Amino acid sequence: MQLLNKKPESLLDVKMHYCPGCGHGIIHRLVAEVMDELGIRGRTVGVAPVGCAVFADTYFNCDMIQGPHGRGPAEATGIKRAKPDTIVFSYQGDGDLASIGMAEIVHAAIRSENITVIFVNNAIYGMTGGQMAPTTLMGQKATTCVEGRNAKQAGYPIRMSEMLATIDGATYLERTTVHTAPGVVKTKMAIKKAFQNQIDGKGFSMVEILSMCPTNWGTRLDNPSEATKFVAEGMLPVFPLGVYKDACAADKK
Amino acid sequence: MAEKKLMKGNEALAEGAIRAGCRFFAGYPITPQNEIPEYMSWRLPQVGGAFVQAESEVSAINMVYGAGATGVRCMTSSSSPGMSLKQEGISYAAGADLPIFIGNVMRGGPGLGNIAGAQGDYWQATRGGGHGDYRCFVMAPNCVTELGNFPHKCFEVAFKYRLPSMVLADGILGQMMEPVEFKHPEIDPKTLTEPAWALGKCEGRDKRIVKSYDLKEGGVEIMVNERVQRYKAIEQSEVLYEEQMIEDADIVLVAYGISSRVCVAAMKQAREKGLKVGLLRPITLWPFPKARLIELSKRVKNFLVVEMSLGQMVEDVALAINGRANVHLHAKPGASVITADEVCKTMDKILKKEAKEYAAVK
Amino acid sequence: MYQGIRISGFGGQGVISAGVLLAQAGMMEGKEVSFFPAYGAEMRGGTANCSVVVASDQVSTPIVTAPDTAIVLNEPSLAKFEPMVKPGGLLIVNTSLVNSKPTRKDIKILNVPCNEIASELGNPKIMNMVAMGAFAAATGAITVDAIAKALPKVYKKLKPEVIELNVKALKRGAEFKIS
Repeated sequence: MQLLNKKPESLLDVKMHYCPGCGHGIIHRLVAEVMDELGIRGRTVGVAPVGCAVFADTYFNCDMIQGPHGRGPAEATGIKRAKPDTIVFSYQGDGDLASIGMAEIVHAAIRSENITVIFVNNAIYGMTGGQMAPTTLMGQKATTCVEGRNAKQAGYPIRMSEMLATIDGATYLERTTVHTAPGVVKTKMAIKKAFQNQIDGKGFSMVEILSMCPTNWGTRLDNPSEATKFVAEGMLPVFPLGVYKDACAADKK
Repeated sequence: MAEKKLMKGNEALAEGAIRAGCRFFAGYPITPQNEIPEYMSWRLPQVGGAFVQAESEVSAINMVYGAGATGVRCMTSSSSPGMSLKQEGISYAAGADLPIFIGNVMRGGPGLGNIAGAQGDYWQATRGGGHGDYRCFVMAPNCVTELGNFPHKCFEVAFKYRLPSMVLADGILGQMMEPVEFKHPEIDPKTLTEPAWALGKCEGRDKRIVKSYDLKEGGVEIMVNERVQRYKAIEQSEVLYEEQMIEDADIVLVAYGISSRVCVAAMKQAREKGLKVGLLRPITLWPFPKARLIELSKRVKNFLVVEMSLGQMVEDVALAINGRANVHLHAKPGASVITADEVCKTMDKILKKEAKEYAAVK
Repeated sequence: MYQGIRISGFGGQGVISAGVLLAQAGMMEGKEVSFFPAYGAEMRGGTANCSVVVASDQVSTPIVTAPDTAIVLNEPSLAKFEPMVKPGGLLIVNTSLVNSKPTRKDIKILNVPCNEIASELGNPKIMNMVAMGAFAAATGAITVDAIAKALPKVYKKLKPEVIELNVKALKRGAEFKIS
């Protein structure tokens, strides 16, 4: 008998706390598979965020650090500059990266910090229980906008990949999704490229991944298609998939 | 003795940190400490280190949090308003047991205050400043030579006990030039053993995690209690203070940093007039020289705390003396300079029993 | 021995470097010294001033609030620093740029046309050295020789001939006597 598909070495065999239908488990596995395939596990340091993925530090089988909310890119900068031969990734959610950590992510891109950022966008605060996120859609209900997000009170969702694409220091920016099988495959390719860029010293790379949060979206846990439908019909029109920036550091002036 | 060099306090602190093995610095401009990042920006690359001008103090302290997690000796610096911003990161570093080094060149506050030298961040520095149960090792230099030499001790204590360490200076010390003498041999970081918790290469060993949280019931209690044991050891072994003319003193001045130098002048003036005045200068603000104060209070009747704040360290003095002697306060907030004459006048009042005690004998 | 000095003038008159020079010279003579610049917002608007202490004991505070000597190189500095000079102290006035006359009777006044002398020597930039020479001779707190020896330590990029010119300025300044 031949084992065709095993748990990646870069992911520990522990029980995850993520809810049924959540995208984090898939994304964790993709990052771990990429680490395995690139042979970098032994020299990688991961930065866990504040938010649902806070426990990522216990799931990934590489050195991990967990720090203040939104400061992942700053922590990653410190690690990378202090130990340039390590591979450093920052794993962040939308509240972490696009709200409280907006300055840190923007300036890591401005410095073209040679790190990899995995940005999981599910348009909601998960860990704290479903509050409005900076990426929450117009009209989308959350516990801090019970009638749905309205522009007068809460403005509009932020498109991080598009915004960061305006920064000269950003090397590679792609938005993918994990709500479909082809999306998962594409996401893995993007993650692999984002890590390869770092190995090659090309500078700042970020993959923005649209992901599901059935628990806080209020979609049915026993019917995951409700959540994938929300991604397809709600999120995709606001957050179009695609490569927003792909420039080698060498090409940048 | 090495040749003395005229140096600015801020530059001496930066050079002292590098000589103590510091190889990473992140900071953000704020007066009156700008010479520290400026110096680091050209000096660190010379020794194979890295400098980052961060987008904010918040980011700078978190860069240091990351760098510190790799076991590299690292530093950030700021002045009062910027230190407020760093408190989040300092709390996390304390919670993750990271031996980072911080320089605070104090200015007048609260708020934007002013840019002159002050001592209003004593509570912030010695009480933790950020959220949660923790301590920082805090040293208070009173001259440029000490600014150049204290980073050595700060790194040593920080790595031995695994906690953030701090030099608490002020705008006067930071901006002034004085002859400086570096007393410690320069440390080559390559000769230091990598700590057993340092992140980097997990190849061939179990993965390591640097974190400040434990959501299990009772988890943080265990973490903090373990830390308390280390804090107790620090209080036992790492207290530093300096005394002058204390043996026969009727009044003991208690002052740290730049204020202690004003007190030396006041003490000499008073001695010339025949007053028996001595000086106790805490060099470590945490741990505080509590035991020495208790001992002195058995004999000395009057203590006068002199500080450029509304009166912050005086609380620690009163707490240590606990009603065994009179504690008086000569305090000036808002970064106003205290003169020796003023201190002498207050001492006269104390001796004539015209001064109101801060805390009287019980 | 204690000598607290305040030097003040326009930015560009070499106020700060002259202060550092005095401290360097004092240190090389084996004295306790300190230098403290006015910094930040105080520096804006084109004026500069600094405090220097040369003493036999450790300096208690580097900020000189009652100077033994104030050296005022421009008009606004006279108004600011004349009142601060200790009774019996010394006020050195750059009469090339200060038109007003000092009013205090309880201090010594030394008038030196620094800019004119510097121009005579062929370099207006060295006017600060004329003032330092006058200070050295009038107070004896630091010798002209010590200041001359400190010059290359502070002005590291200056060519030897320019250092020589600075020494000349020091010596010319030292010829002025309190009237």
